Amino acid sequence: MKEMLLTGNQAAAYAVKNSGVDVVSAYPITPSTPVVEEIAEMVERGEMNARLILVESEHSAMSACIGASLGGARAFTATSSHGLAYMHEMLHYAVNARTPIVMTVANRAIGPGWNIWADLSDAMSQRDVGWIQIYCESNQEIYDSVAMAYKVAEHQDVLLPAMVCYDGFVLSHTSMPVRIDNLSELLNEYEPVWKVNFDNPETHGNITPPEYFMELRHSIFRSHERALKVMESVEREFSEIFSRNTSLITEEYRLEDADTAIVTAGAISSEAKIAVDNLRKRRIRAGLLRIRSFRPFPSKHVVKSLNGVEKVYVFDRSVSMGSEGQIFQELKSSFHNSPSSPEIYGCVVGLGGRDVRSEIFERVVSGKIRSGWVMEVVV
Amino acid sequence: MKMSAIPQEEYLLEGNSACHGCASSMALRIVLKALGKNTVLVVPASCTSVYQGVFPNSAIAVPAVNSAFACSAAVASGLKASLEHQGIDANVVVWAGDGGTYDIGLQALSGAAERNEDIIYICYNNEMYSNTGIQRSSATPYGAWTTTTIRGKREHRKDVAELMVAHGIPYVATASAGYLDDLYKKIKKARKIEGFRYIEILSPCPPGWRYPMQKTVEIARLAVETGMWILYECEHGILRFTGVSKAIADGRKRMRDIEEYLLLQGRFRHLNDDEIREIRKYITERWKRFAHMRGDKHAVTAEFFV
Repeated sequence: MKEMLLTGNQAAAYAVKNSGVDVVSAYPITPSTPVVEEIAEMVERGEMNARLILVESEHSAMSACIGASLGGARAFTATSSHGLAYMHEMLHYAVNARTPIVMTVANRAIGPGWNIWADLSDAMSQRDVGWIQIYCESNQEIYDSVAMAYKVAEHQDVLLPAMVCYDGFVLSHTSMPVRIDNLSELLNEYEPVWKVNFDNPETHGNITPPEYFMELRHSIFRSHERALKVMESVEREFSEIFSRNTSLITEEYRLEDADTAIVTAGAISSEAKIAVDNLRKRRIRAGLLRIRSFRPFPSKHVVKSLNGVEKVYVFDRSVSMGSEGQIFQELKSSFHNSPSSPEIYGCVVGLGGRDVRSEIFERVVSGKIRSGWVMEVVV
Repeated sequence: MKMSAIPQEEYLLEGNSACHGCASSMALRIVLKALGKNTVLVVPASCTSVYQGVFPNSAIAVPAVNSAFACSAAVASGLKASLEHQGIDANVVVWAGDGGTYDIGLQALSGAAERNEDIIYICYNNEMYSNTGIQRSSATPYGAWTTTTIRGKREHRKDVAELMVAHGIPYVATASAGYLDDLYKKIKKARKIEGFRYIEILSPCPPGWRYPMQKTVEIARLAVETGMWILYECEHGILRFTGVSKAIADGRKRMRDIEEYLLLQGRFRHLNDDEIREIRKYITERWKRFAHMRGDKHAVTAEFFV
């Protein structure tokens, strides 16, 4: 183990190298490009034994990863924003094909107007494709999450692709100390279920009629349910091996005795923690619940964590137009049919890189700003 | 070449659901025989993704991966890299229609060709979207009826084989389902070459071209004999005509009149004299260009043509 000062993108690249990835295919896009630049250098210097396929589009990047994964390799790609949107068809494909690809997404707004800054709309708009989605708060978490994502994705009970999301620039281009643990202690070699076998040839993905298709989709749905159990065991295994904790499902911060909870995902959570501390100084019993896994959504964990809380403020760095913030929707739905539910309010913040300072959370919680679209800029 | 030289092993099984008289399935059968057992087929949305059969059955007796429409060349690139990385030796072969090659798959194809991926890309060209019910593609020839060009297509087709020559890849070849021995030889040759290889097979389609199913071979040959389809191979930039096209280019055989080809097909039956003249002009100009590309001493003269 050593500690290095790394940007989020570099942390992702080191994790890819140390996770023993075999094939990387990618297309450049801001702010995720440096992940692949870093990997290309590692391969060129002979530090990483992987095949690099530098394709002509993100659609092809995901397609090449699917081909590589079906061929029996551990595959990786990285993208952002429009690139992720361009992959959409193949994101579905990777799920139905049961290819445990891991992809990092440096979250960025989608244009026009052109905006390269932090915004979770890119990943949130892919929430129904069937990928596991993990959101990160720090560069250490990016490093850890890539390896943990492979561990979960490749598990025989799961076999689903996973994306590791982190806010563009806020994390992707900001340097932080990162512990570089030896990930091979966590990860074994990839053992594919479907193999190219010339003696007993099989056709993958041919016409699947109505009498089989629901079973195919149901098995994916069940895998998402099982993924939460697998995540719990990977969390335990991770902390046993590396003697430190990295959550995969949720993180609770000062929530034990809280009557007011803030709910967030991604980098704004750090500011939310400062807000919790400040609110506590003012004798407001605040706490934070941070969503790490948005897909599968850990409804049971959320309800358990928020048991006894009176007011919940959900902050989404994205919005479903014509509806509400996506985490807000999920959170409310988690309490559906439960005997008691807190009051739940939703706020949309930080779109297109707008700064989200701790004061924003404090003002909403103390009633100085109404929930809904919070557009105030704190200088 | 004797047809008896072609192996007996079958990799496209009986009972597949291709139409009667389907040129694509005839060609695929021969292609797989030439490629042999150690082959992985990548099939994008196309007629073949239907006639391969319905899960849990399959008519393809080599490992096969179905890909989305636009990305077969990219999926094949990933597969090849993956197998190579594990030390597994295999022919990774795309088997795509003209829709998946000329239109929606062109970007991925061009990308893979430029990267000189070590794969074989085969386009079976039936000059339209047959599987979705006969719509125009950019491979549809001038004048042809389709369900989206009910008075006949107003534009000439583009030529992806020529585009592949322009990519500077190691091997480009065209073939016709009417000459399976020529196709077999070209696949055998392509197998031994390293890097990106592109082979395009003219594959007449009875329901789409509107002709009786027993005429497939006759029409596939007439396309070559009338000069409408040119058989050639281009190795490292050197173009060489083959088969009947070579005989025509060498002046040993005269082209048959294009009307013989057109009149057999319902899709061309509505053409007037001006439109037929336009097709003749297209053939003449194309041949001149190809003979020029060959760069040999054979002057291109009107003697090629009737």
